[in-house]
Amino acid sequence: MSNSAAASTGGFDPLALANAAKLTKVGTRPKLGHYLKDFAQRRAFAFTLAKFNLQASTAKSSLGAAWHVVVPALQIGVYGAIFGLLLASARPANFVPYLITGIVLFQFISGCFTDGAKSITGNASLVRSLDFPRILLPVSAVVSNIMRVLPLIGLMLIGILIFGQVPNWNWLLIVPVFVLMTLFSTGAAMISARMTVHLEDFNQLLPFITRVLFYSSGIFWNIDKMVPAGLLREILHNNPIHLYLVLARASLVSGYTAEANDWMVAAAWAVGILAFGTVWFWRAEEKYGRNV
Amino acid sequence: MSNPPVFLEQGRKPVVVVDDIKVTYRVFASGKKVTPGNSRVKHKGRLREVEALKGVSLVAYEGDSIGVIGTNGSGKSTLMKAISGLLPIDAGSVFASSRPSFLGVGAAMIKELSGEKNVILGGLALGMSKAEIKDKFDHIVDFAGIRDFIDLPMQTYSSGMVERLKFSIAAAREHDILIIDEALAVGDQDFRRRSEARMRELASGAGSVFLVSHSMKSILDTCNRAIWLDKGIVKMDGTAQEVCRAYAAAQGAPLDD
Repeated sequence: MSNSAAASTGGFDPLALANAAKLTKVGTRPKLGHYLKDFAQRRAFAFTLAKFNLQASTAKSSLGAAWHVVVPALQIGVYGAIFGLLLASARPANFVPYLITGIVLFQFISGCFTDGAKSITGNASLVRSLDFPRILLPVSAVVSNIMRVLPLIGLMLIGILIFGQVPNWNWLLIVPVFVLMTLFSTGAAMISARMTVHLEDFNQLLPFITRVLFYSSGIFWNIDKMVPAGLLREILHNNPIHLYLVLARASLVSGYTAEANDWMVAAAWAVGILAFGTVWFWRAEEKYGRNV
Repeated sequence: MSNPPVFLEQGRKPVVVVDDIKVTYRVFASGKKVTPGNSRVKHKGRLREVEALKGVSLVAYEGDSIGVIGTNGSGKSTLMKAISGLLPIDAGSVFASSRPSFLGVGAAMIKELSGEKNVILGGLALGMSKAEIKDKFDHIVDFAGIRDFIDLPMQTYSSGMVERLKFSIAAAREHDILIIDEALAVGDQDFRRRSEARMRELASGAGSVFLVSHSMKSILDTCNRAIWLDKGIVKMDGTAQEVCRAYAAAQGAPLDD
């Protein structure tokens, strides 16, 4: 036979051999606790990847990082002009601050959702060549969206100031609102990340889903005023994205308030989607790599 | 054709045990040319199965450096990815003393970013701390020999420079089990000598190294063992000398040593 004389050839018992040498099985999904611990240890990777990706994406264009501000500014201008005229008397009160908060915050949530969807499939070479908790990738997508939206939130505050809002202590509530939104968006990013791995075509549906959410979340119209009381209004009102906008406007725009119930439902959405997203994403951990 | 018996040695500590693994790729084969009037969507392709590994078993011991040879498409890269856990396997199992590290072509590099930033990112992905990366930064850059280009975006690097930098990042860390998939083929003579020395060093610790290469010289210089894969099964498993000799003879280019 081909084997050297020093080697014995018969009696291959892989399990006994592996057990005797205390070897562990490769390619099995770690327990959730270990997984999250490993994730926490390597979080610097998610942050650095987000930062570098942001730098890389702006390095090529001549306006660079300014695009992150120019695009939403253009959107506000266009939607403000079109819906401002179209809706005329049905315009929500304090229309411009209403629209600014809506567009800026919606852009953050939908950005997490869309970038999360690409986070595994778009980093295929990374996934195929290095071993790290895959959850770092959708989280990194969320981190880069946070980095992009923070200066925008600063501009949003200046914007609503210019359009007649007076700063007050209520404005501080935007911090917990943003935290809830971020938790929710992280969960959404994990869900969309796994969806795309299972179903490449999900990417085709994404722009459509974001469009539907854009029109149904009360970005430029007031659900509570325009939809007659009843089940439909309840559903539209308690849509998580709409709720975060309700809370944000209650904090920033005069004439808008939120009920205690809104806070509770918004928090439940954030915790629920984050928990579901984390577990659902983790359950396919060992499968990422084949389909991308 | 059946697999030869698994290469076993009493008294040595195994670090990797591969037990009869199978990997099948399922791909859509349209079977028709894609032209504007004949789109892939309309003519739904048939699902075709490609058996990349048809049941491979092997044992790697402490201090082993194993060369993996075989023609293109024989399953070498699939086997390496399966051992490292990067590719899910359909049947069988892989046991290892610790999670193997895989170094392959086309890995974690963002080409718009400078070499410097890629060193940081690659190090973090491998689980190094920022302080550790800072400590080893100069060593990594000098090992790769790209000091003059480190602040340029990686899209300006030659493919050899990219592979050199990647190997240097991976080799900066200690690995129990290191798998190198043709990553060194693009380096120049000088770099090859340095990297082979580093691989021998890594294997001489408690670890084990797998090297996929088409260069018999590389394998004979670095490995004590070799495995010859052919059409998804192990054709031969033995000392680097005898396996390389048999493979070269089968390829019609006998070794002259």
